[in-house]
Amino acid sequence: MTSSDTTTAVQRRYKPKRNWLATISYILLGVYLVYVLSLFDVNTGRLADGMEHGANFLGRMFPPNFERYNLLIEGLLESMQIAIIATTAGVVLSLPVGFLAARNLMPAWVTWPARLLIVACRSFHPVIVAILFVKAVGFGALAGTLALVVASIGFIAKLFAEAIEEISLKQIEAIRATGAPFGSVIIFGVLPQVMGRFIGFTSYQLDSNLRNSTMVGIVGAGGIGGTLFAAFQRFDYDFVSAILISIIALIMAAEGINNIMRRLYR
Amino acid sequence: MSENTANASFMEKRTWSRFTPMERTARFLFYFVTVAAIVVSAQTIEIIPEFLMDAPEQIGDMFNRMWPPALSYYPDSIHEALLETIHIATLGTLIALILAVPVGVMVAENVTKNKFLNWFGRLILVSSRSINSLVWALLFVAILGPGPLAGAFAIAFRSVGFVGKLFGEALEESHKGPIEALEASGSPWFSTMMMGYWPQVLPTFWSVALFRWDINLRESAVLGLVGAGGIGVALNTALELFYWDRVAMVLISMLVVVGLVELLVTQIRKRII
Repeated sequence: MTSSDTTTAVQRRYKPKRNWLATISYILLGVYLVYVLSLFDVNTGRLADGMEHGANFLGRMFPPNFERYNLLIEGLLESMQIAIIATTAGVVLSLPVGFLAARNLMPAWVTWPARLLIVACRSFHPVIVAILFVKAVGFGALAGTLALVVASIGFIAKLFAEAIEEISLKQIEAIRATGAPFGSVIIFGVLPQVMGRFIGFTSYQLDSNLRNSTMVGIVGAGGIGGTLFAAFQRFDYDFVSAILISIIALIMAAEGINNIMRRLYR
Repeated sequence: MSENTANASFMEKRTWSRFTPMERTARFLFYFVTVAAIVVSAQTIEIIPEFLMDAPEQIGDMFNRMWPPALSYYPDSIHEALLETIHIATLGTLIALILAVPVGVMVAENVTKNKFLNWFGRLILVSSRSINSLVWALLFVAILGPGPLAGAFAIAFRSVGFVGKLFGEALEESHKGPIEALEASGSPWFSTMMMGYWPQVLPTFWSVALFRWDINLRESAVLGLVGAGGIGVALNTALELFYWDRVAMVLISMLVVVGLVELLVTQIRKRII
């Protein structure tokens, strides 16, 4: 090693190569942020006003008012009913749809319509689906239930089809080799391989349905959401905070039950 | 020992069972509760049979009114509202990213070695996630007044929980090697963050951001129902006036945008991550 080598080594500093694509993307994002903020008319005066309103608002939310607890409990019960029935019906309907959409079991002319159905079920937010069902079946819990059934099919059937596509085909071949009819292949070859994951999907969907069933009421589809929206419109902010606290408590309790269930079926 | 086992098998015929009695009882209880919950809900839910009988007719009527979709409504009011929805979703996601980074750092137990801060960060994330974006929108409409800004804040506050949780988990899973090397060289905290952690979590961060942007576009479409701007406002107006052909047009344009965004997101994902 010569001395000139070491000096160059000392002088050399680590300079990371600039990633121009990333730099330009960051700059564009920054410009966009400024543009949208000006488009939405954001300025310090408005934000200060907002802070004041917010403080006022929080002040009126506290203390939460549980006086009309029977209205509250009624709404929560209806939300739970919607979630439970929608999950049950959704699971029952997802089983056949998921089978039809699995590409390793079914020919293409069957999977395509089934996949289209699943995509159609997933494409809209449950609240929008609920609006359509309110028109179709009138105000009330039925509309909310149907909307969440649609959402459940979109989710469970998709995951179920994917789970079926990942199964090992060896067991299917073995059962087919014994001359079993199609029904037996499904029951003894496919179902045992996917049932464990199916319970996981169901519990996840129950959780998600419970969250959404507290919301579909905003468009008149039953549950606590209607009560919440009405309280907001009448500026009963202390009742609003009571409803919000109960919704959060319900969701947390459901999560706890879910965790116990998952441990049970691990 | 062999004598022992021989003895045991002689004394009692041991049968293999998959679950302990405790587990079996728990499972039985669980099935029982599930079935009971379904039966009770089905019996007590308020469903008016006439409405149910009427449903096919009403659905037919709805589609009749929806067809043909009011194409002329698109340039009139949908286009602008659609752009506003995209802005709400994007601005909301950007604000969420900015807010989620410090919370994610706070939650990651290997970065922030303070139990109280960890717990506090987790509290923020959980409360963000357990309030629906529609409720956040109601709150922000009450605070900031109706308009897209309330929608963007609703989206942002709802997304912080999601992005922050995944970002924190990514931080916790990052490799120790580079960080220990940096610390051994005496680098200050900020440099360790930027040079040690950030490059490791960068791909996760942006893929989570893209994923959340996709979700937010769908969610911001409904915020207008409670007055928080975007396409939901156009939908709500059309619904209240019973212009079903306009409703159909709104739904179709929403579908197209969601589809396009999904294509875009998959493309970006393929290129970058």
